[in-house]
Amino acid sequence: MSKGYIHSFQSLGTVDGPGVRFVVFFQGCNLRCKCCHNPDTWARIGEAKEFSPDEVIAKVLRYKEYFKDKGGITLSGGEPLLQADFAKEIFTLAKENAINTCLDTSGSIINDDVLKLLDFTDRVLLDIKYTNDEQYVENAGCSMKTPLEFLSLLDEKKIKTTLRMVIIPTVNDNEENMLRLLEIAKNHKCVDKIELLPFRKICMTKYDEMKLTFPFASIPTPTKEKMDFLKSFVAEYI
Amino acid sequence: MENKNWIGFKSGVWQEEINVRDFIQTNYQEYTGDASFLKGATERTQSLMKKVEGLFALERQFGGVLDIDTATVSSLTSYSPGYIDKENEIIVGMQTNRPLKRGVNPFGGIRMARQACKAYGYKLSDKIEEEFRYRTTHNDGVFRAYTDEMRAARKCHVITGLPDAYGRGRIIGDYRRVALYGIDKLIEEKQKDKNLLAAESFDSPQIRLDEELFQQIAFLGKMKEMAMMYGFDISQPAANAKEAIQWTYFGYLAAIKEQNGAAMSLGRVSTFFDIYIQRDIENGILTEETAQELMDDFVIKLRIARHLRTPEYNELFGGDPMWITEAVGGVGEDGRTLVTKNSFRVLNTLYTLGSSPEPNLTVLWSLNLPENFKKFCAKVSKDTNSIQYENDDVMRPIYGDDYAIACCVSAMKVGKQMQFFGARCNLPKLMLIAINGGYDTSSGIHIGPQMSVLEGDKLTYEAVMERLDIYMPWLSHLYVNTMNIIHYMHDKYAYEKSQMALHDTTVDRFMAFGIAGLSVIADSLSAVKFADVKPVRDEEGFIVDFETTGEFPKYGNDDDRVDLLAKEITHKFITELRKTKTYRNSIHTLSVLTITSNVMYGKNTAATPDGRKAGEPFAPGANPMHNREENGALASLNSVAKLSYDDCRDGISNTFSITPDALGKTEDEQTENLVTILDGYFAKLAHHINVNVMTRDTLKKAYENPEEYPNLTIRVSGYAVHFNKLSREQQREVISRTFHEEV
Repeated sequence: MSKGYIHSFQSLGTVDGPGVRFVVFFQGCNLRCKCCHNPDTWARIGEAKEFSPDEVIAKVLRYKEYFKDKGGITLSGGEPLLQADFAKEIFTLAKENAINTCLDTSGSIINDDVLKLLDFTDRVLLDIKYTNDEQYVENAGCSMKTPLEFLSLLDEKKIKTTLRMVIIPTVNDNEENMLRLLEIAKNHKCVDKIELLPFRKICMTKYDEMKLTFPFASIPTPTKEKMDFLKSFVAEYI
Repeated sequence: MENKNWIGFKSGVWQEEINVRDFIQTNYQEYTGDASFLKGATERTQSLMKKVEGLFALERQFGGVLDIDTATVSSLTSYSPGYIDKENEIIVGMQTNRPLKRGVNPFGGIRMARQACKAYGYKLSDKIEEEFRYRTTHNDGVFRAYTDEMRAARKCHVITGLPDAYGRGRIIGDYRRVALYGIDKLIEEKQKDKNLLAAESFDSPQIRLDEELFQQIAFLGKMKEMAMMYGFDISQPAANAKEAIQWTYFGYLAAIKEQNGAAMSLGRVSTFFDIYIQRDIENGILTEETAQELMDDFVIKLRIARHLRTPEYNELFGGDPMWITEAVGGVGEDGRTLVTKNSFRVLNTLYTLGSSPEPNLTVLWSLNLPENFKKFCAKVSKDTNSIQYENDDVMRPIYGDDYAIACCVSAMKVGKQMQFFGARCNLPKLMLIAINGGYDTSSGIHIGPQMSVLEGDKLTYEAVMERLDIYMPWLSHLYVNTMNIIHYMHDKYAYEKSQMALHDTTVDRFMAFGIAGLSVIADSLSAVKFADVKPVRDEEGFIVDFETTGEFPKYGNDDDRVDLLAKEITHKFITELRKTKTYRNSIHTLSVLTITSNVMYGKNTAATPDGRKAGEPFAPGANPMHNREENGALASLNSVAKLSYDDCRDGISNTFSITPDALGKTEDEQTENLVTILDGYFAKLAHHINVNVMTRDTLKKAYENPEEYPNLTIRVSGYAVHFNKLSREQQREVISRTFHEEV
């Protein structure tokens, strides 16, 4: 059984998928989003520890009593799709133990392992970063093509999907962006929820510690009023 | 037996014998609906509460004590009646003749009474001083009997918080009996018991009980007199809900007039009251609004209850608590839950009257509680930080379905069991004394078996455990004997006549021992076992500090390697304690609970191998050490849940603080997730949890500007306090605790 690189575990996750969830943060990311609040998960190995799928699931099972009907495990990161085979093995074991599975991803990698992983995935939290290719390339370091293709795959496979977007003032906090996001949602039946997350800067200390520059350091966090205003465009999905 | 005041109740065994449980089981109506039926405070309640708030503000301005009656010894009938606002009160009765005025109770110890007066700028009257020159107090008795070693153990703080200078408390009278049966019937039953006793051969146990029964009967009589001073005849059963609450309150009032016990808990009255309220609503005497008003007025009375304490006492038990613990909810042995509308009403007082530490509302949680009730509890927790939860599924098999909680986490069958409360042992200090061969470096006292200091440049796990295996049995024996003296003397010189009169004549007794610093000793043993711990010695060779290098698992991360060490320590300790016989054949129990004394224990303890520096506070109760949790909230809960309730029958206290954001995005999600967390934690057979939903920032603001946060309530360790009533040191410690945040 393959081992995987894991950044950390969070035994109580309530914002990454439904209910109470055990969150596994994968190490390594293929993107370099300028708004990223986990730069410590970028490097493929970094400070990661190696775990086998069995070891991960053994940890998860210690929390089964807290999951009830909604909760379960969420794989996040980093980018779990970078270790899709490892992720698939974790989810296979989770399903064997009747645990709900949730994948938090940018959807920017598609390959055979990813396709297999999706067969064991109950819900995807798809981090749609922007709604146009230009901004994607500039601020995330990839084209928008693959995430959209990934979303179509989810639609085909009928996997419940939450679209998530970080609202960054002056970058994507506008009506047009919301209208395009709404359109994307409407074109994919698998999408049943949209989450707009306010851009935050508590990650600044991490950047400082790693001696990295936070590209969006000068951008303010969005006001509650602005968030509410933007949410009103996608209200049917909130 | 029949009584006109019982008309409308279903008949049962309860009519033939004193059996409140049977009355409840036969008559209560379970409620599974939601909270939408609840009503807010009436105008009368609001205006009365406003007066009380004014008095609270005045009390704060006066440095925490509004007034002291230094010339009267507190007892049932020693003060003329007192009121907040006579015309507008529904439930009456006060400890002294004026609200928030404290009485003196020198029976526990005259010195404590004297010092307490002095600390607040008063002087105990010459009259009382003179009177007590010829009286033996509990404190006098204890110190006559204490051995040199007991004094030394006390002085070096390896055992601390012994109830040897004040009332022991932790006894819950079955105050409901006053309402259900009336005093005359209770006297009659006690008289019968006394007559029966005459058939036995008399030696000290029988003679003692015979005298106790005399005192119980006398004080039941005084209860009647006391009620009469307020214009009520409580010789007969209560006729309606208002009387049921009033009669019950008189029983409780008698107890707190007579005793200044550390914890004076109320028991389990809400569902009992519900039966009367329901009958009155059906008879058109009460409406939902007036039912809430009755509960509100009762709770106002509980909120103004006060005892006179010394500053030293407050250091152990910060925030001026009374532990008026009321157990709410739970499930009956027949599977019906004991949740009634009045379970909701009593929690609703936190909205109608605002959040408050007292009464200490304790939800007996079961996985089978109605979902609606669970949700309401979680919402109240989130909004007020004023309630705690204890695992009914773990306690019910042991105590049945009519038990209550004394103090914070001590379960006992109401009216059938009582406990001898007894402080706690500082286990990290014991470990340090053990490796130093019977020397406490922080006090400079030699104590226990004398042997060489552990040698070498590296502490080994085997060597440390070998030492603990010598010193733990020694300390356990000393601890039990010390407690035996204390409770012998308390029975002799400060017997709880009113409370024991509201118990069966034959009761089970627990002797409740305690542990402080469990997470510190667990992490220290883990450090010794898994990392390198180099002892640092002073010039005489005693170990005064440690250099710990390398990684070691820390309690609070759901890591069995260390969590099981914590569990093993509790098991070892209770096993050792059980080897020494207890006074009155009481059953040895153990708690992992510190109240706020974790600060003081830490202050008196040298550096420990886990990296804790000399003088730094311990974590409270069974909590992991602050900010050593690396895997989030549930991992921390799982670690605590591993401690065995079988070893720690007197309770395992865990205080849990989480930010609202970490519970979910919306209010509904937060409530629902909190319910899920509680269900999960208790499914793991955990015993207790205090829940705070707040940010550290709020506490920091309250620390800087206390006057802006007069009512900020926070659960600390089995009870709640007004944050501004803690000492600055205790406040800083509370702020430094782990807050589980969103990641």
